Amino acid sequence: MGIFILRRIIVALSVALTISIISFMLLHLSGDLAASIAGPEATVEQVEQIRVDYGLDRPIINQYLDWLGGALQFDFGRSYYYQSTVVDLIVDRMPITLTLGGLALAIAVCVSIPLGVVAAIRRDTWVDRLALLFAVVGQAMPSFWFGLTLIVVFAVTLQWLPAAGAGNWQNFVLPAIALGYYATPAMMRLTRTGMLEVLESDYIRTARAKGLRAGSVIFKHALRNAVIPVVALAAVELGFMLGGSVVIESVFSLNGLGQLAWDAISRNDYPVVQAVVLIIAMFYIVLTLLADIANAALDPRIRTR
Amino acid sequence: MSLLEVKDLRVDLPVEAGMLHAVRGIDFSVDRGEMLCLVGESGCGKSMTSLALMGLLPRRARLTAGRLDFDGTDLTAASERQRSHLRGRRIAMIFQEPMTALNPAYTLGNQLCEAYLRHKLGNRRAARARAIHLLERVGISAAAERLNQYPHQLSGGLRQRVMIAMALMCEPDLIIADEPTTALDVTIQAQILRLLRELQQEFGTAVIFITHDLGVVARIADRVAVMYAGEVIEAAPTAALYANPSHPYTRGLLSCIPAPGKTPPGSRLQAIPGVVPSLVGHVEGCAFRNRCPQAQMTCEQTPPMQALPDDHRARCHFADRLAPAVPQAEMSS
Repeated sequence: MGIFILRRIIVALSVALTISIISFMLLHLSGDLAASIAGPEATVEQVEQIRVDYGLDRPIINQYLDWLGGALQFDFGRSYYYQSTVVDLIVDRMPITLTLGGLALAIAVCVSIPLGVVAAIRRDTWVDRLALLFAVVGQAMPSFWFGLTLIVVFAVTLQWLPAAGAGNWQNFVLPAIALGYYATPAMMRLTRTGMLEVLESDYIRTARAKGLRAGSVIFKHALRNAVIPVVALAAVELGFMLGGSVVIESVFSLNGLGQLAWDAISRNDYPVVQAVVLIIAMFYIVLTLLADIANAALDPRIRTR
Repeated sequence: MSLLEVKDLRVDLPVEAGMLHAVRGIDFSVDRGEMLCLVGESGCGKSMTSLALMGLLPRRARLTAGRLDFDGTDLTAASERQRSHLRGRRIAMIFQEPMTALNPAYTLGNQLCEAYLRHKLGNRRAARARAIHLLERVGISAAAERLNQYPHQLSGGLRQRVMIAMALMCEPDLIIADEPTTALDVTIQAQILRLLRELQQEFGTAVIFITHDLGVVARIADRVAVMYAGEVIEAAPTAALYANPSHPYTRGLLSCIPAPGKTPPGSRLQAIPGVVPSLVGHVEGCAFRNRCPQAQMTCEQTPPMQALPDDHRARCHFADRLAPAVPQAEMSS
């Protein structure tokens, strides 16, 4: 198990490095950075001045190595727009995004797995149909629309929860529900499919032949095997929720990473863009790593491979 | 009194084309410590019979029985709760596919001890000790370390030994072994068969051994019931069945087994022509008549089970009138 984790960590680090190179190159390929920083009204001299000031005249390899050297020491430079360092900006926004993503995933897991299990056990009954309906609606409904509906119902009409802001935990309830519901259908359907497949398997018949209780057959023997693909999916979903929750963040006026990335892109704030891209990539890498470790813990066959 | 008494057991499965009569009124009984072989080709209802005995039929299957008594308990009237107390505790099962019959996610120790703990026969320590004892008994070395291994670390033969040990954990009165050697190499097959027979005699467990291989039967069974198209068509003590097969199907099966020294090298192996009839819808008359060399007009009527000498029964109109069979296979063992 130790060697397994070490191998996965080495792979994860090389993936992170590759992503940083690609994203750095892509950003520089997207056009003349100096010109877009200077703005449409700048003169040629001003653009050239900016190019020198920001070090954009040097070879791209040097620029990347400088950036990488800084990044390794958690120095991503200063924002072009805000009067603060990139790290301060990210540290400021990160807790909001992590809280939102974590809560949303918790909601998605707590809803989708039990629902998937019940749908599989009560296959082709009204329970299964209802679960399918719930999934289809979740898949089809745009998350911004669902978020707005939640605001109208729970914040405006019933006035149970606040509509916007990030002051305390109550602010996160509605956005986490909106984001979590978005992640639920795929996980629920995958749990259902996995359970149906596993329940047909020989070792479930063996477990039943031992006289085990239904609960033990379903939760100990079936669910553990059925949930393995769901873990990997949950990791990807969480990565998506951490990196791509711009829509929900703007609907609920939460200043998270998604909002920061969006603002930075529209303001040509390249150091921030570059750093956020890397951070989001790191989220995915860490989550995939965790999913791999969780799967190895669930399935002994993976460990020895 | 027999340990297991089955009378007129029927299993029906609704399928798209209608009602599939998988098991069509079979009778048999198993005494304590006896080994009964159920023999038949695939689709003859032998696996459905075993699942019916375990109470593990698919939910859509319908079971009816004139009698289904296990040690004085009427299984047809037993609640699911009562049946789950019998399963694993007093009736255990060994399955055909050792590669998939064990849960890949749990250690052998965990899976071995499970039934013992479920049926409250003792604490964890006692369960472990019994698991180690039984693993050694089924011929697995370093048993204590094996308990911490996972199924994928074992070969098919070893896994089947583990399955046998698992079935013995609660000292059941009856073990149903559903083709336990079919998926194994021939040499391993022989070892597993010998082991099963030894254990059965040592523990005095009754065994229902399900197979499609009449060659296997000769070696281990006390009695044999031959199944065809959802019916028992012949039942007899093993020696009597081999000495005097009285149903044309049994004769056909026996002539399919090449006998060393009797079947000339290079000669064609015997086969029974034709296919098993569909069991969907109403089945009338002898189910074997369209493949039977002796078939006559009478066979349009369903033949009764005929009693023959030596506790021998056969479901054929001509069972007592067939010419004495040419001995086809010697009792080999």
